[in-house]
Amino acid sequence: MKRFLKFLKGSYLGLVLFFMYMPIFVMMVMSFTDSRTAVVWNGFSFGAYADLFSDSDVKEALVTTLVVALVSATVATVFGTATAIGLHSMKKKRRAVIEAVTQLPMVNPDLVTGIAMMLLFAFIGLRQEHGLLRLIIAHVTFNLPYVIFSVMPKLRQSSNTLYEAALDLGCSPFQALMKVVIPDIMPGIVSGFLLAFTLSIDDFAISLFTGGTSMNLSMLIYSKMKKGVSTEFCALSALMFLVVGILLLIVNMRSIRQEKQAAIQEKKVMRKA
Amino acid sequence: MKRSRMAYPYIFVWMPLFIVAPLLFVLYYAFFRDGQFTTDFVVQVFSDTTYLPALLNSIWIALATTVVCLLVGYPVAYILSNMKSRSAALLSMLFIMPMWMNMLLRTIAWKILLDDSGIIVRLLEWLGMENPRLIYTPGAVLVATIYDFLPFMILPIYTVLQKLDRSLIEAAHDLGANSRQTFLRVVLPQSVPGIVSGITMVFVPSMSTFAVSTMLGGKNVMLFGQVIEQKFLIGNQWGVGSTLSLVLIVLVLISMFIMRRVERDTGSEGGTIW
Amino acid sequence: MKKFVSVLMAVLMAMLLVPMFSSCASGETLNILNWGDYLEPSLKERFKEETGITIKEKVVTSNEEMLIQLEADDCPYDLCFPSDYAVERLIKGGKLAEINHDNLSNLVNIDDRYMGLDYDPENKYSIPYTYGVLGVLYNKTMVDEADLGSWDILWNEKYSGEIFMYDSIRDSMAVALLYLGYDINTTNPDELNAAADALIAMKPLVKAWLTDDIKDSMILGSGALAVVYSGDAVWCCDPDEGNPDLDFFVPESGSNIYFDTMVIPVNTKKQDMAEQFINFLLEPEVATINTEFIGYSSPNAAVWPLLDEYYTENHMFNIPDAIIEKCVVFRDLGESIDLYNNAWDRVFE
Repeated sequence: MKRFLKFLKGSYLGLVLFFMYMPIFVMMVMSFTDSRTAVVWNGFSFGAYADLFSDSDVKEALVTTLVVALVSATVATVFGTATAIGLHSMKKKRRAVIEAVTQLPMVNPDLVTGIAMMLLFAFIGLRQEHGLLRLIIAHVTFNLPYVIFSVMPKLRQSSNTLYEAALDLGCSPFQALMKVVIPDIMPGIVSGFLLAFTLSIDDFAISLFTGGTSMNLSMLIYSKMKKGVSTEFCALSALMFLVVGILLLIVNMRSIRQEKQAAIQEKKVMRKA
Repeated sequence: MKRSRMAYPYIFVWMPLFIVAPLLFVLYYAFFRDGQFTTDFVVQVFSDTTYLPALLNSIWIALATTVVCLLVGYPVAYILSNMKSRSAALLSMLFIMPMWMNMLLRTIAWKILLDDSGIIVRLLEWLGMENPRLIYTPGAVLVATIYDFLPFMILPIYTVLQKLDRSLIEAAHDLGANSRQTFLRVVLPQSVPGIVSGITMVFVPSMSTFAVSTMLGGKNVMLFGQVIEQKFLIGNQWGVGSTLSLVLIVLVLISMFIMRRVERDTGSEGGTIW
Repeated sequence: MKKFVSVLMAVLMAMLLVPMFSSCASGETLNILNWGDYLEPSLKERFKEETGITIKEKVVTSNEEMLIQLEADDCPYDLCFPSDYAVERLIKGGKLAEINHDNLSNLVNIDDRYMGLDYDPENKYSIPYTYGVLGVLYNKTMVDEADLGSWDILWNEKYSGEIFMYDSIRDSMAVALLYLGYDINTTNPDELNAAADALIAMKPLVKAWLTDDIKDSMILGSGALAVVYSGDAVWCCDPDEGNPDLDFFVPESGSNIYFDTMVIPVNTKKQDMAEQFINFLLEPEVATINTEFIGYSSPNAAVWPLLDEYYTENHMFNIPDAIIEKCVVFRDLGESIDLYNNAWDRVFE
């Protein structure tokens, strides 16, 4: 019964993962087509990969995308976590108002947010030449609610007693915060960062209007769509998945093995007992 | 130091400057034409039912997306949270990684999959279905929206379930509760904060989604986000577009307010479910 | 997961540092705002070798996006490629600089027929870059040859569920107006109402209303008919990348002809450089390379002798004069565009 349940759980995860990776598999296959666009299969080729490495626009856009994603996600995570901690200890009514306002960048269609931010930047004189800074500010703005709403539930879950105990034991409030509260809500912070990073990589509409003369990867992909989506980008995504996948494996392999060994050890102990 | 001060930079600097101020521009375009105050746009939007079907479509798609994401995502988060932490971490990464592939590429891939000549249609035909149509139907829009938002439901629920108070579950078992009772009366109530965050992150943005639905719905399903996009980008009607944005904002705020009431009534804030 | 995120960040940071130090731009930069795939990439390098000026290109997908950028007070672009009616609106709004024709020694290459058109009668502000006509792309295996030749085919019930329409107010309304025999720039409310009714009647037959992605769908073979521009039809029928079953016709009763042009925003500080680049693009050899890459018809008369036969003998590229004479350019309608918007809203209610 227990085995059957485990099998059932495994196949459920497998099924959902299959759903998530179906389009990615299609795109990986299409990255090998001998054609400029991703819709026709013209036979096998590495052409897209060759194009990719000789395209300086892609390199520049990739750097812009990663710089903006990393910086904006990091800023949003630090800033959002601090804000969430502050909000958590505020009165309920006041907090509800702020949380409502915080949701606004999530509700407004990206395009409207983008245009409104463009008008704002013109108004406060942050000129188009500072494309990178404008992009980062815009991305932090739409990333913040996701970080705040990731950290919030963890704060609600954690109790105040540990924090108070730390204070009683002589910690300064700051020390208690760093040593007790932050580790406790860490999973929320990490998932907030991941969401922020993901959203930033994926954004198009807001970047289009706020980016000034800078172009990120999604703008470049849209721009090369006039003749259908270029296989170059399929190749780029395929490579990205490969790199991240390998990294993921390396980092996790060792700890998974350690865990397994620990589990075996535990079983042995149990059996002896 | 009062902890609430940590939110002050956000509340007093960032929020007014980068959230409220851009919104003032939207308000301005909704109520002013060439510098003159006008209620024309508001009258235009509310005088007839032109925009109502699109609004209802959006509400329907957003609700269906949220419900499906919750029903599919919760078990995923639950299973992950019961796994060894390292493998769970690896797997939870796997669930968000598809979103690192650009939205446009993802949608094109869906188009290839769902197209009349695509593999899924052929499979359905082989199974005996006659003339299955997937692409440019509400179903296609729904599938792609669910796909895009699922990780945003899984992640917040998973992070909350991960550090669930295990002793409570053991206590429930010791007191004779079966698995179903334990889940319904211990696990589920404790995960409400995660569910609330998940619903917020799925429902709120999916109300205004437009890019995916334009490409996979082919306008056979008009969504409110598409109408707004069109007002700004095609029709040069910023006034009407801004007014429609405001309608959307008000609606979402109302629904989230109701949601908070429900959350409070279930007592998750204080954990007083018993 | 924590550890993974920190390792990932470290790797990414390291990756970023390398190009950050190496890619310091030298010399002058010209910022251009263009359509996607609308400038042959090697020409940027060639221009840089000749003049030392770096071309930095940003791309949009619609005239409206271009207008939003060009009408912003802090527009950072030095050269831009809007279409006819957008040019007219920009001229009315005083957003364009007068181009000094003395700096354009290659301007003589432009065919006289495409100079002095209504949207900019003396070409004071704009120089034509490409042109094309609206027409119907069809799949030979799905369409009866007898039905071709007129806009009526889009209302033919035989093709129900097989038609792709262009999701753009002006273009779709133009199709309906042409079908009814009206002017595509009409502001007569009755005619526009009739056009909206015609579109409502067509709606059940339409498989989807799309924009750039119509091409993918037609190449995949998922529709029989689609309204597209001739330049895009060239791409869809490409022997290597497209679908050999596709062909294109322009209805005999007439259609819309469009011009994409080169314009200089009024606030630029680099007008001389922008003119230098325009003149470069008008050089016969450069224009030929560019035209063969873009695949849209060129108003530059000097490229025709140099073009590959594939283009000169292609009826989608080398559009017969008889057709062009019957085609009309879109005009900027000012406030009257609201009549179109309301008609369009009615179609998609």
